[in-house]
Amino acid sequence: MQRERLRYLRLAAAVIACLAAGAAWAQAPARTKDQSAVGALPPARGDKLFPEPAARQYPVPSPPFTPGIFPCSECHKGMKPNTKRRVLTEEHTNIVLNHAQGERWCLDCHDTYDRDRLHLVNGQRIRFEESYRLCGQCHGDKYRDWKVGVHGKRTGMWNGEKQYLLCVNCHNPHDPRFKPLKPMPPPVRPGDIR
Amino acid sequence: MTRGKAVGPYGEERMPNDRDRDGHAFRMSRRKMLKGVAAVLGAMALPAKDAPASVWETFFQKNFREMSPEELKAVVARLEKEYGAKYGKQVRVGVNPPLEGVRFAYGLDLSRCIGCRRCVYACVGENNQSRNPQIQWIRVLQLNKERGVDLEDAEPYYNPARVPEPGHFYMPVQCQQCENPPCVKVCPVQATWKERDGITVVDYNWCIGCRYCMAACPYGARHFNWKKPGLPPAEMNPETHYLGNRPRPVGVVEKCTFCIQRVRNTPGRYTACVEICPVGARKFGNLLDPDSEIRYIIENKRVFILKEDLNTRPRFFYFYAT
Ligand code: HEC
Ligand code: HEC
Ligand code: HEC
Ligand code: HEC
Repeated sequence: MQRERLRYLRLAAAVIACLAAGAAWAQAPARTKDQSAVGALPPARGDKLFPEPAARQYPVPSPPFTPGIFPCSECHKGMKPNTKRRVLTEEHTNIVLNHAQGERWCLDCHDTYDRDRLHLVNGQRIRFEESYRLCGQCHGDKYRDWKVGVHGKRTGMWNGEKQYLLCVNCHNPHDPRFKPLKPMPPPVRPGDIR
Repeated sequence: MTRGKAVGPYGEERMPNDRDRDGHAFRMSRRKMLKGVAAVLGAMALPAKDAPASVWETFFQKNFREMSPEELKAVVARLEKEYGAKYGKQVRVGVNPPLEGVRFAYGLDLSRCIGCRRCVYACVGENNQSRNPQIQWIRVLQLNKERGVDLEDAEPYYNPARVPEPGHFYMPVQCQQCENPPCVKVCPVQATWKERDGITVVDYNWCIGCRYCMAACPYGARHFNWKKPGLPPAEMNPETHYLGNRPRPVGVVEKCTFCIQRVRNTPGRYTACVEICPVGARKFGNLLDPDSEIRYIIENKRVFILKEDLNTRPRFFYFYAT
């Protein structure tokens, strides 16, 4: 009896959580739909409301872009953003989404109007140096471990300054499964040591 | 042999009977006796009468722990000169003491490791291991997911085109830096001991090559130089530590020292294996620091140690992050 009730409660909590997350997710693109003036940046909601506290900055390497592709605005500032889901034919044809692909579109992560930045579900624009915050929205457990240096990797000094590898240094954001590697040579068998 | 001040190599005060931190009596008389025996037996192998002074100095060099800071300085200067000539570059032989309030520990995430062996070769390069004959301080075992950590079933020679292979997981093994190290106990000449920061070290000038420690180590973590190490001068890492990666002679035992030449600094670099690992499976830090990643792992993840039943109490923790 007791168990049953608990189960229902838990189920209800889960449903509510999902609805809330879904609403937030859907809200971001909807908010900007009517703004079609090219180049005019609508104020991003988060910039002032959610300033990142200084203590929360993690030193990271520069984002691992293909050389020459950044700033994206080189091309995009003169282009009308196209929010339609489609197969890209003119540019970025090498990008194949294999990351919960059914439900996902480029502009869930990339900002529609400021292509040099990403955005979070709450609409806040973030720089590519902070892409971990984007990933952290859906992968909270990994993000938590990453911050303490347990998921991913920190380099530098064990008792001093450290650098964090970005999630995208190891995971291609468009196809994030870690790719298998060629192993280095096995050890020589004892009999073969000269 | 006269001993002036009771001061150890790091300049710390040395009590006559306080030399062995594991609470075993330091069997001075036996050691002296052995050395005497060795000297007699080795009489034929004594350096020739006209041998250069440095050969005599090496022959009579003291155990690291018996040297005063001044004696150590002279020995280090001599070694640096020797190595410099041999490898054609400026070599530094550090003698940095353990840091205060530091007890090193290591974490290895078995849910991440893919067995790529990048760590093995980074370690060989950093720590001046012999290329030929081959010595590698890290050995990566391929295990079956179905059988779990079953060392009877371990395969170190796997070599597919790509790793990880389906159905398998990987377990790198190296010195476990035991809190209760059996290798140290069996050494008849105290050429290996545990330092205050938890690193078990070897004095290569004191090791007599009996290999008892290799037999005692349950992890196969100690390696013997059967022949003169083959270390190409161009690949020699000149940043060394007396108790770590300085060049080794033939006939001595060596092992992982948590990159003692890197970590005993403020600030000190991460070990070479941590730095190279492409999946971030390797973690390193200070057990006494509650904010270290190693403490987070021990407090929040499923952790185990290898061959727990032997009571060696490793400071090397395997864990599953997921
Ligand atoms: C899950 C969020 C996400 C989605 C969805 C996504 N991206 Fe990205 N994308 C990123 C992140 C994060 C980076 C930054 C990678 C880096 O720092 O190098 C990036 C990088 C890029 C780059 C630069 C790549 C390079 O070669 O350096 C391009 C171009 C790009 N995205 C286009 C797209 C397009 C087009 C789509 C849709 C087909 C898309 N992205 C979907 C997160 C996403
Ligand atoms: C060489 C010029 C060029 C650069 C540089 C460039 N893009 Fe694009 N991008 C295009 C073109 C052209 C399209 C339209 C492709 C189509 O419709 O087939 C496009 C489309 C996109 C889209 C799909 C949505 C839309 O508005 O059409 C995203 C997302 C995108 N680019 C992101 C980026 C990001 C992020 C960068 C920087 C990392 C970047 N682009 C750099 C030319 C560029
Ligand atoms: C909107 C939510 C969302 C965001 C943002 C997001 N992911 Fe994911 N990610 C998912 C979901 C859902 C899955 C599981 C479905 C799948 O495997 O395709 C997933 C799967 C993954 C996987 C496992 C892939 C596999 O096949 O093993 C990795 C790694 C990953 N994401 C990394 C990232 C990184 C890195 C970022 C930031 C650039 C990111 N994710 C951003 C939702 C998200
Ligand atoms: C040093 C490289 C590295 C970094 C940095 C890194 N990861 Fe991973 N991540 C991995 C590896 C390796 C795996 C295991 C993948 C596998 O087994 O296929 C993994 C697995 C994952 C998975 C799949 C779930 C799982 O447990 O296998 C997710 C999701 C993920 N990472 C998200 C992230 C996010 C989010 C970040 C940044 C906050 C991040 N990763 C940073 C290497 C990294």
